[in-house]
Amino acid sequence: MPSDRIFGLICLITAVAYIAAATQIQTNLFSGEFLPKLFPLMIGGVAAICSLSIMFKPDPDPAWPAGGTWGAMAIAVFVLALYAVFLTPLGFLLPTAIAAGILSYQISPNPRPAILSGLGLSLGLFVLFKYALGLGNIVAYRIPTGEKLWDAFTILIPFVGH
Amino acid sequence: MDILANLAIGFGVALSPYTLFLAICGCFLGTIIGALPGLGPSNGVAILIPITFTLGLDATSALVLMTSVYYGAMYGGRISSILLNIPGDEPALMTTLDGYPMAKQGRAGDALVLSGVASFVGALLATIGLMLLAPTLARVAFYFGPAEYFALYLLAFCTLGGMASNNQAKAALAACIGLGIAMIGVDSSSGLPRLTGGNLHLFDGIDFLVAIVGLFAIAEVFFFIESHGKGSSIGVKLEKVTIPWKDIMATKWTMLRASGVGFIAGILPGAGASLGSFLAYMTEKSVAGPNGGFGTGAPKGIAAPEAGNNAAAGGALVPMLTLGVPGSGTTAVLLALLMTLNITPGPTLFTERADVVWGLIASLLIANVVLLLMNVPMVKIFVKILMVPAWVLLPGVTMISFVGIYSLSGSYFDLLLMIGFGILGYFLRKLDVPTVPVILGILLGGNMEDALRRAMTLSDGDPMYLFSSPIAIGFWVAAIAGFVAPMFLRGILKKPEAHED
Repeated sequence: MPSDRIFGLICLITAVAYIAAATQIQTNLFSGEFLPKLFPLMIGGVAAICSLSIMFKPDPDPAWPAGGTWGAMAIAVFVLALYAVFLTPLGFLLPTAIAAGILSYQISPNPRPAILSGLGLSLGLFVLFKYALGLGNIVAYRIPTGEKLWDAFTILIPFVGH
Repeated sequence: MDILANLAIGFGVALSPYTLFLAICGCFLGTIIGALPGLGPSNGVAILIPITFTLGLDATSALVLMTSVYYGAMYGGRISSILLNIPGDEPALMTTLDGYPMAKQGRAGDALVLSGVASFVGALLATIGLMLLAPTLARVAFYFGPAEYFALYLLAFCTLGGMASNNQAKAALAACIGLGIAMIGVDSSSGLPRLTGGNLHLFDGIDFLVAIVGLFAIAEVFFFIESHGKGSSIGVKLEKVTIPWKDIMATKWTMLRASGVGFIAGILPGAGASLGSFLAYMTEKSVAGPNGGFGTGAPKGIAAPEAGNNAAAGGALVPMLTLGVPGSGTTAVLLALLMTLNITPGPTLFTERADVVWGLIASLLIANVVLLLMNVPMVKIFVKILMVPAWVLLPGVTMISFVGIYSLSGSYFDLLLMIGFGILGYFLRKLDVPTVPVILGILLGGNMEDALRRAMTLSDGDPMYLFSSPIAIGFWVAAIAGFVAPMFLRGILKKPEAHED
């Protein structure tokens, strides 16, 4: 019950914010005053009604994972985010091996298979993408400067990065 | 005779050695994707689109490859249903009901072959139905104006929402999330950005591929972390595979009826393959009566949902190709593929790009035959592949998703956005909010708004214009009925419980 009420509330706030943003949409002579706002306003309105309905008629709670699993998932998200920003400065092989290994460990906590699957996936997928499929922008490795790494990392820090 | 001439064009396009090779690769890949638990047709096709795109295949080759994957995944879904009692994809859920009990009786091989044949019959009949029906519907669709299209899109969201969730409000909210995301970006008429919050990365809008891969593939990783990869790759034994002629002959009418039911369910915009297999199973269950042995490993209980879901997969292509409105999650992903290839589905597709349409239909027929040949003698190979443990499979899928999206734009922003969609997908699915309407909303949002704007411009802002033609009114009525009816039918049409160990 509380899950749905919280979810409904978040959606309601988002919907109201969306409506507010929609009223501020800039228009000009070509688009007319009202048309660019019409559909976003309708969407926001329907979403707000749905959110209210979810808040007042909630479904039973789903089975949420236990505390430790949340931690594992948070680590997974963090690792994937790091992977996303370091893929360009570091090249494919090293980030992929580390990220795949950690993910593998999160799914089944055995270090040896996790390390092996990280290394295997990194090499195997590189060969597949680069030589079998010929994807252009995959680079095996790059040796970055510390500055570039820091630049990449700051992307993840709100209000500091680009 | 028109159809035969067109089909000849289609085979002329699709029957070159290279496309045939692509079809075989696609079928093989698709069957694997369908069979692996946690990787359904939507996931599989979604992950492969960016890669196909970067490979620089031309439109026909890419279509042949991806439709083969699509049909292959529909075939493959049954393998894990029967052997592991885990549906590889949602439509295969009904196959577990009789498939798994039959496998437990030591007849796993028979169940696999029988379901393969049923899939073939369903898919073949549906492809023939597609050939007959689609051109006619395309001619009708020529008369649709903006009011009709707006109502039609609404109908798709309503019926999809009605079927996809147990809570209408959640389904409608999901559609709103998708539509809301589609609005982000530079507005085509004014040239000014909308709802971007000033972020330059958002001026181009959010790429639907990023959303699809995030919602379907990355979200799956979190589910596997939660379950620690349980429920995959259990020791599966498969004895010698023979062809159970007796069962096949005994279920021939079941397959035909189920194909018909499935095809019609597939055509309904938004309903899709899950409804097809469900209705086919329930129909056959009531035809067979209480002594039919449904739920205990009856051959008819395997043939019906498999023929039904494959027929629905074909049927779902009818509204997708003629109207641009997909009938299921996977066809939504296929629509995304067409849009990436710069092919706009709709009535004009049949006249202007006849080679693409008929090439696609011909490749469906080819894929179907390839799949039957592949799935009966080679079923053991696919069973072996099922043994890939989750701790290799899921990291692999994630890395392929990242590389696919990265190869599209080379931007970290899309990758971060994809992770965000993965997190969103996890919470939505946890809270029983269907994710397919989100995808559909992102895909169709632009077109739906266009239709509304043109209608408003034509009528000088009179909302009654939306209800000005009988066709439009018919769509509105159907949309409301499709949204409201499941609330009342839910009590009557209870889904049968899966077989527990």
